[in-house]
Amino acid sequence: MDRFSQLGTDMAKLWSTYSSAYLGGMLSTLGLALIATFIGCIIGLACGILNTIPYSKNDPLPKRILLKAIRVIVRAYVEIFRGTPMVLQAVFIYYGLPYFSGNAMRFDSLWAAAILVVSINTGSYMAESVRGGIISIDPGQTEGAKAIGMTHFQTMVSIILPQALRNIMPQIGNNFIINIKDTSVMFIIGFTEFFAFHRYITGINAMYFPSAAIEMIGYLTMTLASSFLLRLLERHMDGADSYELVTSDKLVMAAGTYRSHSGTKEKEGVQ
Amino acid sequence: MGEMILEVRHLSKSFGKHEVLRDIDFSVSKGDVTSVIGASGSGKSTLLRCINLLETPSGGEVLFHGQNVTGRGFKAPSYRARVGMVFQSFNLFNNLTVLENCTIGQVKVLKKSREKARESAMVYLEKVGMAPYINAKPRQISGGQKQRVAIARALAMEPEILLFDEPTSALDPEMVGEVLEVMKDLAREGMTMVVVTHEMDFARDVSSRIIFMDQGLIAEEGPPDQLFNHPRSQRTREFLARFREE
Repeated sequence: MDRFSQLGTDMAKLWSTYSSAYLGGMLSTLGLALIATFIGCIIGLACGILNTIPYSKNDPLPKRILLKAIRVIVRAYVEIFRGTPMVLQAVFIYYGLPYFSGNAMRFDSLWAAAILVVSINTGSYMAESVRGGIISIDPGQTEGAKAIGMTHFQTMVSIILPQALRNIMPQIGNNFIINIKDTSVMFIIGFTEFFAFHRYITGINAMYFPSAAIEMIGYLTMTLASSFLLRLLERHMDGADSYELVTSDKLVMAAGTYRSHSGTKEKEGVQ
Repeated sequence: MGEMILEVRHLSKSFGKHEVLRDIDFSVSKGDVTSVIGASGSGKSTLLRCINLLETPSGGEVLFHGQNVTGRGFKAPSYRARVGMVFQSFNLFNNLTVLENCTIGQVKVLKKSREKARESAMVYLEKVGMAPYINAKPRQISGGQKQRVAIARALAMEPEILLFDEPTSALDPEMVGEVLEVMKDLAREGMTMVVVTHEMDFARDVSSRIIFMDQGLIAEEGPPDQLFNHPRSQRTREFLARFREE
């Protein structure tokens, strides 16, 4: 039992000294996860639109070649960034850019580098989720939109993607929570998120276990809060369960003027 | 006979080796109500879907005001905006309300202002008796109501011709009437319509012409009286007899 009270004392000691560092780290982690998940979703949606542009053998050859090329590129992007570890992608991109440009180009901001890496990594997963989301929508929705003359882009943006997005909300939530945890590998390029402060603080005082306990609690707090907020968001997206009947002026008039029939008339009109 | 709107010439369609349509020829003039009847699998729906290019025809031509719509580089979206379509399965946009379903095409495709779009949407929703339901989502209304909204959505685009693909086949029997009633009104007002249907009474009462399709071919066509009372083709007689038994 006194091991636990010892742990409590140690954690309190750590927190009183380093609370601003821990909290700042959590803020960075949340900020990075939020921005990168958002951009990742945009990338995923863009891939979804590009991947589904229809073409038939009536289209001119250059158009067909272009569309085929786009699909191959999107496929390659997904396979490469889904198939390699994010920690390695971070190193690869962060050091690769100056390496290839002879130091002419480099990342001035760690934030920019971290957001870029996590976004394109998330995007590769989201591209697949969006593809699944689009497949899940009844083809009749696309036909309905085509039939009133909407273009592929209009159909996607106004009809298909809003529905697909709702269906893949649980997966977006998954990605967000994974990002909260996995951004911890960004310490490799020196980005100071939540886990980086654990390394920094324990480097000073070697209180590994109490600090790890604080980190565990911190990560759980962030992920549990996110789960809760995502549920709320989903419920909001579903909209109201009921709707209001709008009584048109004509029916109101009818109800007033035709006394003998008003009862039945009203029922027919408004049900 | 009014002005010729649509002309189908030697139209054919195959899915792989399966020939669904063969050498289809017919034309539609302004104000015509053409009903297409025939057994399931005879190619009726495919014909309709070829007309507004939801399927790409394998051969032949579809002329809209004399212009070939099946040619290379033809812009299908702006053509489809002038040719309305009502589907068997409604295909209302599930993420939008009844009103939005009827305004989105006007705003996005016809580039009308939201107010103008709303005004004309209300006119057509009123016409099909769905004005009180403008705030409902498609999942909240019945099949017959959905189909009436789908008709309003198509009308809101002010098309020159309206295609109906078995509009009552997915409905419960008690809801068929309300949809047919709306269609009869449209026909009376001079709307040009091509209707694929199994509702023989509707076809007989409302159409100016009947096309009977059998195995991907037009087996017989003519005015309702001739086709229903004095069918010339043996296949037509058999088909109609089967319906009378039911």
